[in-house]
Amino acid sequence: MEVIVKEKVQQIIDQFAGKDVYVHLETTNGAYASHFDENAYNVGAFIRNAKVKYEHGKIVGSGNAYRVGLKLDLGWLYAEGVTDYELDDQNRLLMAGHDREGRLMVALEISETPFSHESVGQS
Amino acid sequence: MTQEHVVVIYPHPDDESFGAAGTIASYREKGVPVTYLCGTLGEMGRNMGNPVFANRETLSSYRKEELVKACQALDIDVRMLGYRDKTLEFEQVEQVAGHLQSILEEINPTLVITHYPGYAVHPDHDALGEAVIEAVRNIEDSRRPELWAQAIATNYEKELGEPDIRHDIKPYWDKKMAAIETHLSQASGMMSLIKEKPDFNENEELEHLRYERFYRWNYNN
Ligand SMILES: [Zn+2]
Repeated sequence: MEVIVKEKVQQIIDQFAGKDVYVHLETTNGAYASHFDENAYNVGAFIRNAKVKYEHGKIVGSGNAYRVGLKLDLGWLYAEGVTDYELDDQNRLLMAGHDREGRLMVALEISETPFSHESVGQS
Repeated sequence: MTQEHVVVIYPHPDDESFGAAGTIASYREKGVPVTYLCGTLGEMGRNMGNPVFANRETLSSYRKEELVKACQALDIDVRMLGYRDKTLEFEQVEQVAGHLQSILEEINPTLVITHYPGYAVHPDHDALGEAVIEAVRNIEDSRRPELWAQAIATNYEKELGEPDIRHDIKPYWDKKMAAIETHLSQASGMMSLIKEKPDFNENEELEHLRYERFYRWNYNN
């Protein structure tokens, strides 16, 4: 993945607009948060291969963290804290936000084909 | 006499190395075969390597490779059970238990090692531990292996008492470190900690790694 270049990501988001796409949306602070710090809360949300269609999508923000929102036929979908992106070898837009230690905090991914259990691009 | 065989059942690639590598190495030294049944590929891990080299979609492929290398380092067999990380607790326990039971009846182990449900912190640890206990319970008396359960939660000794088994794995330390190091995407934080403070006595974190502790599961009550 590389650091987000807003214009490039916006272009890719536009390419998926109006199509049936599959999304992976996730946010997490890890299963060990309250193990390492008893005052911390474990929170997270995850959906994989939700089939949606968005009229338009937007990447907003500046500096080092961005928000990405998709306007769906019947609702909305967004992710906050996105820092890096990649258009992978299967033409999927992968976006994620990482903390200082490189740990994933949030992910939003868009693909025209369902996400598989295991990535087939790698061996 | 039955042929000794140890089966370790944890949900994530790296649980075997952090949790039981020394114990595993001690069995391998005696020539006892060890099989690792790894529940998931750790697809949902937050660590993407440091510096980052994986992403959410490629992580499982890296972790699968790391798992194979770790099992080579420990000289054990591995079978991947194919569940998805962080979803094990939402599977039907009986179904997972049935799956495990069929594998266990095929391998016919003398000892099974898993997590102590309710005291293993990660929901996958608790869920798989519970299914393993159920699976072993359903094996007929004459073939039922011994079961050791590993607790991780900070409070566990207060609630469960002293563990029945406490292995000081210092003689296998290098082996354990070699196994942990294969988990490149996950272990960088731990490895830098170890290199900063190689002295066991001044590092509580290392103390956890040095003593592998288990409770012997009692099926009679
Ligand atoms: Zn684990």
